[in-house]
Amino acid sequence: MLKVRIIPCLDVADGRVVKGVNFVDLVDAGDPVAAARAYDAAGADELCFLDIHATHENRGTMFDLVTRTAEQCFMPLTVGGGVRSHHDVRALLLAGADKVSFNSAAVANPDVVAEAADRFGSQCIVVAIDAKTVAPGKWEIFTHGGRRETGIDAVEFARTVATKGAGEILLTSMDRDGTRAGFNLGLTRAVSDAVNIPVIASGGVGTLDHLVEGVTLGGASAVLAASIFHFGDFTIAQAKAHMVAAGIPMRLT
Amino acid sequence: MLTALIDYDSGNLHSAAKAFERMAAERNAGQVVVTQDPDLVARADRIVLPGDGAFAACRMALGDVTGMYEAISDAVLNRGRPFLGICVGMQMMASWGREYGDTAGFDWIGGEVVRIDPARPGGRGDRLKVPHMGWNDLVIDHPHPVLAGLSTGDHAYFVHSYHFRVADPAERLAHVEYGQDITAIVGRDTMLGTQFHPEKSQAVGLRLIGNFLDWRP
Repeated sequence: MLKVRIIPCLDVADGRVVKGVNFVDLVDAGDPVAAARAYDAAGADELCFLDIHATHENRGTMFDLVTRTAEQCFMPLTVGGGVRSHHDVRALLLAGADKVSFNSAAVANPDVVAEAADRFGSQCIVVAIDAKTVAPGKWEIFTHGGRRETGIDAVEFARTVATKGAGEILLTSMDRDGTRAGFNLGLTRAVSDAVNIPVIASGGVGTLDHLVEGVTLGGASAVLAASIFHFGDFTIAQAKAHMVAAGIPMRLT
Repeated sequence: MLTALIDYDSGNLHSAAKAFERMAAERNAGQVVVTQDPDLVARADRIVLPGDGAFAACRMALGDVTGMYEAISDAVLNRGRPFLGICVGMQMMASWGREYGDTAGFDWIGGEVVRIDPARPGGRGDRLKVPHMGWNDLVIDHPHPVLAGLSTGDHAYFVHSYHFRVADPAERLAHVEYGQDITAIVGRDTMLGTQFHPEKSQAVGLRLIGNFLDWRP
């Protein structure tokens, strides 16, 4: 049986983990490669690096991080942030990423998803959707870290990129991100029901019950979280044990 | 001892190369090279064929490397060199691929590669997500030296939308369940193929890679 995945996400700026990772005895809490190794050993199912200040000037730093991580962690790695075209996808795949995530570029032109999926296959193309509630049961896409509204319906857009060949959707509720109030379950359920590709729920995890709800109520195939793991509130093993107790199939290592 | 990982412009070889290098060092199994050179493949003691993306595109890209398929098939079929196909590299061992039209495979393992059926048996209307993406637990159908130390219940990492329906059950060495039986490992004689990515499957995958490097069929 296919298992639900737990994916710790590392926000990276200029080659360093934003706010650091303090859940184990890392010599350097800001080193993304050390954090990746620790999560690998802790039984995380995948890893995600998000380059939050991606610019042309600092791309090299990210490639180097990805390469060093892929040399040491034999688990799936998704990389996002500043991905504009299939050229960027190729460069990150060659550096050692397994999946590459589009965000703003796909909103500006969904055909970049099709171009990349045609070249490299849907299996490695993720589309990250950042959505905010604009009315009850209605969510729109915001870009540029939630500052820029687009007027695009999030559920419709998810359908569009799935048709264009996205292999997975990383869905973040901008209302919930950083609040620790739990996933936006209505949004997660609406997108998960609208597409036939896996949806990763993201934004708002504060408790282990939130992870459970993302799957049981939101219909997500995977759950992504950052601070509850980075700051040592819970271990990956505790999260998995909690989800198993709630009847969710998990990989226990 | 030389293990050749074939590079034909299909996807990410970096992590596969690193995983094989690490296990070659651990098992004292010689050198690992990533190569586009059929002559080097002809001299290799072991051959690994990765592959990501669509069956037809991979088969065409492999065909575009002059002499490569001939070098692989001569080494495997005539000289009994151990071979491991990974993901689409495994699917290409089939008779036919049905993705984007019909494409002939190597026809080493009888059967065809077809799309995963998203309809759940007993249909309550909810459908399976495709691609089949993530960790699934193996059911070992036939023991094999390369599966030493692996057991039914061990998890491997999958990401694919098409699957290999093997004609002869004796050649399906392991499967997983995803609404239907999904072939996980195929093999006969000196050839093996995994639908999952051993280079992404943490300890379970590294063990399989190490066993392959030790295998003396």
